[in-house]
Amino acid sequence: MSFVVAHDIFHGYGRRPILERVNLSVEKGEFVSIVGASGCGKSTFLRLLLAEERPERGVISIGGAAPAREPDRARGVVFQRYSVFPHLTLEGNLLAAEGLGTRMGRLYGAARRAARERARATLGRIGLGHVATAYPATLSGGQQQRLAIAQALTAKPRILLLDEPFGALDPGTRTAMHDFLQELRAETGMTVFMVTHDLAEGFKLGDRVVVFDKPRWDPQFPDAYGATITYDFDARDGGIPFQTLKEDTRVLQSA
Amino acid sequence: MRVINRHPGPALRLALVLAPFAALLLAYWIASELRLAANPADKLLPAPESVIDTAVALFTEGDRRTGRILLWHDTWASLVRLVSGVGIATALALGAGLAIGLVPHLRAMLAGFVGVVSMVPPLALLPILFIAVGLGEASKITLIVIGIAPVMIRDLSQRVLELPREQIVKAQTLGASSLVIALRVALPQVLPRLIGAVRLALGPAWLFLIAAEAIAADQGLGYRIFLVRRYLAMDVILTYVAWITLLAFAMDAGLRALSRRAFPWMEAGL
Repeated sequence: MSFVVAHDIFHGYGRRPILERVNLSVEKGEFVSIVGASGCGKSTFLRLLLAEERPERGVISIGGAAPAREPDRARGVVFQRYSVFPHLTLEGNLLAAEGLGTRMGRLYGAARRAARERARATLGRIGLGHVATAYPATLSGGQQQRLAIAQALTAKPRILLLDEPFGALDPGTRTAMHDFLQELRAETGMTVFMVTHDLAEGFKLGDRVVVFDKPRWDPQFPDAYGATITYDFDARDGGIPFQTLKEDTRVLQSA
Repeated sequence: MRVINRHPGPALRLALVLAPFAALLLAYWIASELRLAANPADKLLPAPESVIDTAVALFTEGDRRTGRILLWHDTWASLVRLVSGVGIATALALGAGLAIGLVPHLRAMLAGFVGVVSMVPPLALLPILFIAVGLGEASKITLIVIGIAPVMIRDLSQRVLELPREQIVKAQTLGASSLVIALRVALPQVLPRLIGAVRLALGPAWLFLIAAEAIAADQGLGYRIFLVRRYLAMDVILTYVAWITLLAFAMDAGLRALSRRAFPWMEAGL
């Protein structure tokens, strides 16, 4: 069975269906970009993956575990904004990623010192070592998102969920963040779901690009039907699949 | 150039800050001169010099019968009541605010109740308090608490509700329990708001304190003002009013300085 399975998901708000018959299987280590028009349920689907909401019908399971009832440590998340804690320093934010899960929400003594060492090392690696004791408000948008991603990964989640993580960044910073994310992924082999508005970004980063759209459309009553996954592209090799030939095709070579 | 785009320089700003105070003092001084010229024994608007003489005497000379300097005793009695009342209200507001803001069940139970209670005019409850808890300190402190706590609770719970949903979700994905979210995520972020709420509540707190003291007390700043009112002792009343204003202003400034120093991450948010 696949690592992450969404089986026959239906979800809506009130009498308005948002998602219908969504099925998705994702292997461990895959990067799935989720694209679609506004209001087509991609963020709703991410919330379901996050277990912030539970689907009306259907099951989402990670690593064969029972469906989650609320967000837990198996899921790391980075939102477009507000993803770091403004009242903690950069170092404090990374410490929180390890400490919040304890009974009192804080590490003490040797465990704290060890976690601080790791936090310093992480900050150095993501290029924020020189501002370890600053507060997030003093950082640029790109730096804040780097911190948010590092914070989410520090908690060692099983899947990483990104909700338009680079949507508020300028194009230059965005490209830098792509490199940063690809490096991190190469290191950790994390399974990632990323909701994005930017098709190019989706294809550049993703192994797969899934498109949410409404397969049925009632012009008199647009809210009548929900959205589902209408396309599931293989986005490896720059979106041109099958160019790495798996067979030994002498025909082509001799030609 | 539009007036909304014109800004005063530092010297002019200082002059503008001081101008209303100077105008008030000048108006008083002129009115006092006019009345005293008509009747040198006038008690309604005593001359500024005689107010200052009285003030010096009030701050330094003991009571003729007991030898105690009454003003300091009044100040101490009033401040104990005020600080107790505001302290209790603050603790209540913090606890209830976090509970209402974070726990849907408690929000369902308490939000409406607090909303209704905050509409009860506290002074209308004062007779009930005097009957129920007596004329001692408890009734005055209770009045302050009843007067300011509901508004503070509403303010604080609103602040907790305004915390971005993203942060609460993020804390959950990092494994935080409800208690940890309350203590490590919500509490530190509403503390600056709490100080703001206390600053706003200080005005009403003084109002309720002086009202309670005016009706039943044997010492206190409000008690003294209403006592000497019978003798038309305007010089004493004015001194006390100025002193109360100074105390209230100092508290406000102190709290503002505290929040600036204690919450550097708030930046310009205060």
